[in-house]
Amino acid sequence: MKTFLDKCCNECWHTPEKPCELFVRCCSEGPLCHHDKSCQDKFTNLTNRLKYLEHEVPIIFIGMGTCGLAAGAQKVEDAIIAELKKFNISAHIEVTGCVGYCAKEVIVDIKLPGQDRISYCEITPKIVPKFIQKTLVEKAIFKEKLLGTYGKPSEELDSINDDPFFKHQLKIVLENCGVINPNSIDTYLAYGGFKGFDKVIRLLKPEEVIKNIIDSGLKGRGGAGFPTGKKWELAFKMKTDQKYLICNADEGDPGAFMDRSVLESDPFRVVEGMLIAAYAIGASKGYVYCRAEYPLAIKRLENTIKQCKEYGLLGNNILDSDFSFDLKVKKGAGAFVCGEETALIASIEGKRGMPRPRPPFPSISGLFGKPTCINNVETFANVAGIVNRGSEWFSSIGTANSKGTKVFALSGKIKNTGLVEVPMGTTLEDIVFKIGGGIPFNKQFKAVQIGGPSGGCLPDSVMKTQVDYQSLKEVGAMMGSGGFVVMDEDTCMVDVAKYFLTFIQTESCGKCVPCREGTKRMLEIIERIPVSYKNTKNKKDQLQRFKGIVHLKRLGDVIRDTSLCGLGQSAPNPVLSGLRYFKDEWETHLYDRECPAGVCKELLTYTIDNSICTGCGVCVRKCAADAIMGEKNQAHYIIEDKCIKCGMCLESCRFQAINVN
Amino acid sequence: MHSQIFQDYPPKDKSSLIPLLQDVQNIYGYLPEDALQEIADYVGLPLSRVYGVATFYNQFRLIPLGENVIKVCRGTACHVKNSSNVLYAVESALNIKAGQTSRDKKFSIEVVNCIGACSIAPVITINDEYFGRLTVKEIPTILKKFTGSPKPKQAESTTEKNLV
Repeated sequence: MKTFLDKCCNECWHTPEKPCELFVRCCSEGPLCHHDKSCQDKFTNLTNRLKYLEHEVPIIFIGMGTCGLAAGAQKVEDAIIAELKKFNISAHIEVTGCVGYCAKEVIVDIKLPGQDRISYCEITPKIVPKFIQKTLVEKAIFKEKLLGTYGKPSEELDSINDDPFFKHQLKIVLENCGVINPNSIDTYLAYGGFKGFDKVIRLLKPEEVIKNIIDSGLKGRGGAGFPTGKKWELAFKMKTDQKYLICNADEGDPGAFMDRSVLESDPFRVVEGMLIAAYAIGASKGYVYCRAEYPLAIKRLENTIKQCKEYGLLGNNILDSDFSFDLKVKKGAGAFVCGEETALIASIEGKRGMPRPRPPFPSISGLFGKPTCINNVETFANVAGIVNRGSEWFSSIGTANSKGTKVFALSGKIKNTGLVEVPMGTTLEDIVFKIGGGIPFNKQFKAVQIGGPSGGCLPDSVMKTQVDYQSLKEVGAMMGSGGFVVMDEDTCMVDVAKYFLTFIQTESCGKCVPCREGTKRMLEIIERIPVSYKNTKNKKDQLQRFKGIVHLKRLGDVIRDTSLCGLGQSAPNPVLSGLRYFKDEWETHLYDRECPAGVCKELLTYTIDNSICTGCGVCVRKCAADAIMGEKNQAHYIIEDKCIKCGMCLESCRFQAINVN
Repeated sequence: MHSQIFQDYPPKDKSSLIPLLQDVQNIYGYLPEDALQEIADYVGLPLSRVYGVATFYNQFRLIPLGENVIKVCRGTACHVKNSSNVLYAVESALNIKAGQTSRDKKFSIEVVNCIGACSIAPVITINDEYFGRLTVKEIPTILKKFTGSPKPKQAESTTEKNLV
């Protein structure tokens, strides 16, 4: 047997056309329809091989998610192959997804036969020869880049779970990410995959599945936090000939990459969750709506669907039941608003992705006018675990009103960027400082931006807030899809507000007036703030600037209360949370015309320190505005009137002679 | 002209409009006017509606791109790490603005919202090759690699802001 689709003997007859209901259980428990020691051994051998427990040659695992590839995983693989050839070592290279520690990519794990799997980080093509020499030729530990072992820790070998980045995490959704091969259904089956679905289809009625999910307290992980079970119940109660199930993988939030990583690293788990949901609500057709900007996720998803069909886990009469489910990938076309469920439906229907008023909710009338249930990738990834381990287990994790875990994408000015999964109720402080390792270059922490353009910036004073739907809302942010961007003293909060408003304003679909016109006006008001005296044309401009600020809050409230969809309703959040927590900084911009963080270009003055300047002339050549003058080998100076504050001189100076106030 | 593409989709099915546009753009790198007309006839929609969809989504473009497509990520994580300066440096090195193609048709600059590689911000991609943790100083060296021997253009799904 090479795969689970191969027959152990002639007794086995499972094919996609004529499915056997025992198929999934056979994969983990051996043949159930007949007793034969040799068949049993075949299954055990295959499972052990797929779980990397038994193998003759060393296995080299390379993390090849988008972050790994961006860090050069492909070049590392090529270098490793060349090195293996040189030493004439036969080894097996296994592609895995992302383990979450993006800051330390490229991550390569080595597992020698009969030994534990050891993880190494920051492998570059340059150190590959040394690395292979040490690990595969000398069969020793390559200490310089050691991350930890997956097995038992010893004196010289720490467990990977003792690394501060992993120590405080609780992995449910990301359990298999970076550990298993995302391209192989056999590996997923060997790790106990599809067991949840098997249980549901054999033992539970749809009502029971829904009750299970309601009891678990799982809420939608896409942002709004609507109870998943309730959503399914609404769709289940509709009596119609056709229902649809949609997985929302249109992760448009800049700064969020959880869905991408899950789809790249463990796509079968998402499909299993969708199968369970489809059975529960009675849907026979499903779509995964994935951003076109994630080509690798789409490729792996398509492969997942193909393999599931080959194994008879998608299609007609799955596992010899009356349940049939067909799944398709729909590529998004680059519109942020399509993450909103009604806009997403319009996009699948081939229209402009514009939301429509709710009710009727999609669960009542959605895709092509039929009841449609839409959930996020992470929500589906949670489902199989809940069914397998029970709703009590799931509801025992987290806080009173938010159960389970949440995946966050840590990025920005933080040491350990990457993907983390923490139980609900973990404080923001723990995430930033314990898991994230704090701010690099000894800078001061300023804020953390949670929830993307719909969320808010939270300062130091609320860092003790526990992560859950309710408490994040109270402090003025929202769970969102899980973007977690850390900012330090060099980040200007006015600039961040301007950035998000620009984003929202260009992404607004233009259907409803408050969002289309309101965000434009808001942006105009904010754009007037970081303007120097020189560029303020007249007194009226001055007056407009102050008047705008006075109206900013009211305008924000109107947009929030009257917009059609979630994008508009949450559009003022970055500005309102900024005004709430960083009033001082806004006032400094407004009254003193200064940007304390040194970001708002118009408010900066560049000067050359003539005691340091050597007159090398590099800045003169770089200056786009010809604003730098000076004799060769003499200290130079900047003509302020000409300076366009582009900062190129600062970047190009080798002597740090340029000062910015 | 596009019969190979059309055969994958049933005629008069409005929901296949976006996949059809994507397929055509994958071949040409942009959406030529006559292709839009053909698609409109095939799915049974007026050309105006097809044009409406093509201009709504960032991915579609109605003008061809240069040989090398530079995508500058302007996601939050990149913004916090000064991607605006990176964009400025790319623009001034090539002497074109974001959304434009250089006169010799060698380079196009696009601004994208987020390519999901936030951990190595600020990041740009050139023909789907990633360049992460960038500083402004590195930009000319990176661009030099692409000015010499032009690679065959790959029309990948991309995002573009400035449609004509």
